[in-house]
Formats: sequence, C-alpha cells, structure tokens
Amino acid sequence: MNKKDFNIVIVGIGGQGLITITRILAEAALLEGLDTKTSELHGLSQRGGSVETSLRFGLKIYSSLVKEGGANLIISLELQEALKSCYYASREIGTLFLINEFSKPIPGEKIPKKTEILEELQGFSKKTIMVPATNLCEEKLGKAVLAGVFMISLASFKNLVPLSPKSILKAIKKQIPGKYLELNLKAFNLAKDYNFSI
Amino acid sequence: MEKVLLKKSAKKILLLGNEAIVRGALESGVKFVSTYPGTPASEIGNTFFKIQNSKSKIQDLHFEFSTNEKVALEAAAGASFSGLKSLVAMKHFGLNVASDFLIPLCYSGIKGGQVLVVADDPSCWSSAQSEQSTRAFAYLAHIPILEPSDPQECKEFTKLAFQLSEKFKIPIMLRETTRVALQTAPVKLGKIVRGKTKAKFVKDPHRFSTMPPRVLEMKRELLEKIEKIKRVSEKSPLNQIHRGRVSGKSKMGIITSGISYLYVIEALKELNLEIPVLKLGFFYPLPEKKIQQFIKSLKKVLVVEELEPFLEKEVERLAKDINPLVEIFGKNLLSEIGELKPEDVILALTRFSNKKPKFNFTNHLKKFQNLKLKKRFPQLCPGCPYWLIFQSVKRAAPKGTIFGGEIGCYMLAAYPPHYLQDYLFCMGSSAGIAHGIKKALRRGSDETEKQKVIAFVGDSSFFHAGIPALINTVYNKSNPLIIIMDNKTTAMTGQQPHPGAPAEDKGIEIEDIVRAVGVKNVKVIDPVNLRELEKTVKEFLNKKEVSVIIARRPCIQISK
Ligand SMILES: Cc1ncc(C[n+]2csc(CCOP(=O)(O)OP(=O)(O)O)c2C)c(N)n1
Ligand code: SF4
Repeated sequence: MNKKDFNIVIVGIGGQGLITITRILAEAALLEGLDTKTSELHGLSQRGGSVETSLRFGLKIYSSLVKEGGANLIISLELQEALKSCYYASREIGTLFLINEFSKPIPGEKIPKKTEILEELQGFSKKTIMVPATNLCEEKLGKAVLAGVFMISLASFKNLVPLSPKSILKAIKKQIPGKYLELNLKAFNLAKDYNFSI
Repeated sequence: MEKVLLKKSAKKILLLGNEAIVRGALESGVKFVSTYPGTPASEIGNTFFKIQNSKSKIQDLHFEFSTNEKVALEAAAGASFSGLKSLVAMKHFGLNVASDFLIPLCYSGIKGGQVLVVADDPSCWSSAQSEQSTRAFAYLAHIPILEPSDPQECKEFTKLAFQLSEKFKIPIMLRETTRVALQTAPVKLGKIVRGKTKAKFVKDPHRFSTMPPRVLEMKRELLEKIEKIKRVSEKSPLNQIHRGRVSGKSKMGIITSGISYLYVIEALKELNLEIPVLKLGFFYPLPEKKIQQFIKSLKKVLVVEELEPFLEKEVERLAKDINPLVEIFGKNLLSEIGELKPEDVILALTRFSNKKPKFNFTNHLKKFQNLKLKKRFPQLCPGCPYWLIFQSVKRAAPKGTIFGGEIGCYMLAAYPPHYLQDYLFCMGSSAGIAHGIKKALRRGSDETEKQKVIAFVGDSSFFHAGIPALINTVYNKSNPLIIIMDNKTTAMTGQQPHPGAPAEDKGIEIEDIVRAVGVKNVKVIDPVNLRELEKTVKEFLNKKEVSVIIARRPCIQISK
C-alpha cells in the first residue's frame, strides 16, 4: 500500500449518523488538499441494522472500499459492531480502534462483556481506545446522536487521524446544516477538552 | 442539495455518484426528469425533487415521481419526442418493469436527448428479490450502455450520453452499480446551461408508430445506428489503455470497466505490477477492434467484471479471429455472485500473475470467521404503525394462514418477532400470487380449502403494480384478504410522495379505487384501533369474495 493513503472504516447501527461523520472526514481531507473517496449504503440496513461506511484519503485514491485487513483506523459507534469490523483490521497494518462504549442489545442475545470484546479485538489491532461518547454527549449536550461528531473530533485532537482539528472544524461547518450546527460545534469542543491517556 | 446547483465552475466539490449524475444533466440542459424511487438510484430523483422545491429552482425544469418506472420512461420519452432533453432514473428492477416500452423505444428513437440511468445492486445491499446485471438489456434492446467508475465519470459520462443521444437520436443508458452510485469523491464542476426550452411535437407516424411491416425496417435502422455508434466507441477516450506496458515473456493484459477498474488499479499498486489495463467506458457497443488490438500480442488476459461474464464472453469471441491461443481468465478466478471487493481482485491477480500477496488474506479470513458474530436484524422504527398492524394480524389469523409479502418496509414482517411472511417476490406480486394460491387450494383437501391467505401490499406498491392484481382477484373470483399498508409515503426508499400522497394536495383515495373495481368488503382502519383491526381481519377472512383492509397511519419518518 502507498504509505500516504489513510484508510478508515466506520461501523455502527442505522440512525447513529455514520454517513454524516464520514462526509465530514472526507470534506476535511479535501480541505487539506488530498484526494479522497467514501463509500456508504442506503436502504434497508439503515433501519436499525448494522451499518458500515469506508473512507480513504491520500495523494490519489482509486477504490472507495478499504481492503480486508487494511484499515488504519476503525471507528466503532457500538461495542459489538467493533467485532464485525475486524474484517478490515489487522496487526500487520497496525489497526487502531476507537470505540464508543455503548451497547445496543440484540434481541434474544446476551450483551457480551466489554473485556470479552477487548480480548477478541487484540488479535486484530495495535491499540484499542474506548470512550463513553454516547453517555457523555447525552449527559453534557442532551443528544446521543452527537457521539459520532464527538468521536471524529477526538480522533483529530488525539492524532489518531492525520487531519487537523482546524480542518475538521471547517468541515463540520460545511457539512452540517444551520440549525444543527451549534450543537455539533459543542460536540467538537467537548472532544477538545476531553482527556484520556493513550 | 445546494451544492449540486453551485455556480462556480472548475471548482472541486464532494459529490455522491448520483449527485454527480444530476449535475451532469444540469450541465447538459436537461428539461424533463422522471423517476420511480429505488435504492441505489434514489438520490437522483430526491435531488431533483429538492431542487424543484427550493428557492433556487431551475427554470422550466419539470420533475416528477411517476407511478412506476414504465410510466416514468414513457413520460420522459414523450418529452423527448417533443424535442426536450430528458433523464429517467431507476434501479435495476425498475428496468424490468419498463422493458416492454424500452425495446420499441430504441426502434423509434427520440428527438431531444434522452439518458436512462439504471443502478444495479451487486450483493443485493438494498434489493430483496434478485441480483441482476442490466448489461443483458444491451442484447435485448440494443441500447448503448456507458459504465462510469467514479463520481467525476458519472458527471462526464452523463454529458457524453446526452451528446450521443442527440446526435444518434437514440436513448443512451448510463449503468451504475451501488459502489459507484453511493461513492463520494471530489468532482470538478462545469457550467449549468439552460438548454432548449420550447417543446414542439412534430407529427411523424413513420417514426413513432412501431407497426408491421415498418417495425422490421425500424429494427434494421436501429442496427445501422449501432454500427455507427460502434465507430464512435472505437475512437472514444472512454475506452483507453491505462498503466504499464506489455512486458517481457509474460505478456499479460487486463480488461475491465466500471467499479472493477478502481480495484484493478489498487491491486496493481499493491502487488507492484505493471500490466496494461484496457478500461472500457462503453459496454455496448464495444470497441471490438480496440479490444482485438489490445489482445493481439498477449499471452494471457484477465477480464475483471462483476456478476455475469458478459465481457469475458465477448473477449473470447473476439480472440478467436485475432489470437486464438491467448489464455483468457475471468470467472475462473472471480465470483459471478455478489460484488467484487478490492481483495478479490488482488487475489485473482496474484493467481493470474503468479505473484504472492504481501498480506495473508486466507489466514486473516479464517481468523475473522472464528469470531462469534451475532446478526443484527433491521427493525421497524420504534413507533412505526406497522408494529400495530402485524400485532393485530398475528392475533386474528388462524393457524396455517399463508402470508404474502412484498417489497417495502413491511417486508420486515419476515424477521423476528413477527414471522409473517411465507413468500416474497416483486412489487405488485403479493395479491397476484394470493389469488393463484386461493384458487389452487380449492383443489386440495377439505382442509386446504379452509386455509386463509393474507397479502400485504404497500400504498406506493399498490399504485405501482398492485391495482391490476386486485382487479384480477375480482374478475377471476377468489377471496384472499389484501391489507394495504397505507402509510402515506414510499417509506423504504426514503419517504418519497406517490399518487395517494402527493407533496401538496390530497391525492387519489385508495378506497375509491378499491370500491370502483368492485370490491364489496372494504374498510379503512387506523391501526391504533387494535380491536377493530383484529375483528375485521377475522370477519373478512371468512368472506366468499376478495376483501381489502386499508390500514392507514402515516410513517413516523415523513416529517423528519
Ligand atoms: C420495480 C421496483 N422499483 C423500485 C423498487 C424499490 N423499492 C423497494 S421498497 C419500495 C417502497 C415501496 O413503498 P410502499 O409500497 O409504500 O411500502 P413502504 O416502504 O412504505 O412500507 C421501493 C420503491 C423495487 N423493489 N422494485
Ligand atoms: S420508515 Fe416509516 S414505514 Fe418504515 S419502518 Fe420506519 S416508520 Fe415504519
């Protein structure tokens, strides 16, 4: 792989705003003068099923899909969904997981323990970071759906993605329509002030 | 949506493949657009719908959600016969519905340029009933087909399609697939043009009446047109050799098109290979001489394409004359089922070129498959009126009742906790099949004769294709219970309006239609009245004639 290409897979559940955060990241890459491509799906899966988007950026991008085992960063908006994204993760490439500590139960199934999931992820990742994004956004901003914007902002502030917070901020302003902008900017600022040690 | 209308030309902005097609049409001066929604083509219609309802709307541009795809194609053709440029968009199933009209339309041709966008869905990401390659219509209808790979090409190919269409007076198909339609990338904008606005229908039955004996003459004219377009295809930069020279002893080459081209380039980069790639922007008519020129000196050629091996078969045919010894690889290395993924192409290329991949995909996949993953089924939205309908029907229907499903949000009836779907095919089919089952069961045993059949049909689907099926149950006398899921929208594809629920006024009342065709047992029920719904289902299941319940309560996503 061309060293300059950066590959991201985002997973979660329909309704968590994956498409919006994917577009924000793409917009930020474009603002930094990079070539970029994203892939998303519409339709049935959006009704609360598993969803997944991909995003790549670099000097020249052809495929919009990340290849098997080829993700540099995986952003998972739900705990169990992180496991499904292992298809794109590998130790070889040194995949980094940024996971929202939030569980949506699957009807009729037990909620797996956090430790169990972390253990499974080990075989596929260099590092796993968990943040209680949904809880935090609900508590501080009153809206769970901001978890996604919080997480991509955090990824930028903590250098988990090679896109500057300045570009992310600009991209949020470009992609989010007027009436929702203020709340999204709050999510961005919440990420700025959020501390954890890597 | 606003970005699609951006005035600044030469600026690069992020667009979805489907949005880029809209922009391409606006840069071509399109004046009439019609569609019936269907993923992955829906954003084309949705974007035009938003343009039409926005302040910055384009002058004299007509947009409509038509009743179904056949009607959409007919409407756009009418506009093109009258000299306007038209665009029609649909998903692959839509073209099946429209095909009866498409074939003679290619005979007559059009006046104002006409572009037909069809989106295939390899892997059936948002298609229940079947996986199909619309390329087959090239052989059936002789319609020229262009295949873009990315959003920039979506825009450019749309413009070229309009030019070709105007020049050769024939509709041109732009065939995309999910990963092209829903791919976002920077697109360089051009200028939006006003286009021809004055329509005029000049009578010319010689051209627009397809009747024997003229019809066979028309077929000859069509084939002659295709020969001329083939000459364009031979010279077109859309069919071009990219990357690498034929090297050394191996003498390998790759032929590909559409989304597969992107994976081929990534795979070559990954494996550090320099192999020439013939990228085909035209699927039909193919630049046969260019292909022959390309394979003439090769020892091995790999054809990379999704779904059925149409291209591979053509290459095999063309090789016979020019290089019968060339080894042709394709579907022996790549699946005919499901979409291609980048790693599929990398693996095919490693076997083709005997080069080892850097990454051990096989081990990785094994490791992944060892994870115990649980399936998360899609669900009706919390608060969806269908929860109430399914609940009441489940309580009211006796054991053994057969449930006919159809395409829409209500096909989630198949999943837990409902389990109310014994068959599912295409739009409009639930009632049609129910009639046949009901008739047949009379010839079973005493027991089967008593068995009940309930067919669900959505309101948009009812207008699309359900009405003829309902009439058939009346005319040919059978007695299924048909439940029309009247949620006042085309929900599954993103809440588009339909004849029963237009954006502005009241719309056509479904109960008026149902009564007018002679159904005696009709009731409109708000499903929050669980008791009434349950009681009516029980009552109607015992009727000797067909009965219809219109379960009416709007989809909760409409206002969002
Ligand atoms: C011929 C054809 N055209 C389009 C589609 C795409 N499609 C799938 S579901 C659906 C919506 C149907 O709406 P409705 O019948 O009102 O059901 P709802 O989703 O509202 O429950 C459409 C248009 C299709 N499957 N087949
Ligand atoms: S989109 Fe509408 S019809 Fe579909 S599940 Fe949600 S509420 Fe029900």
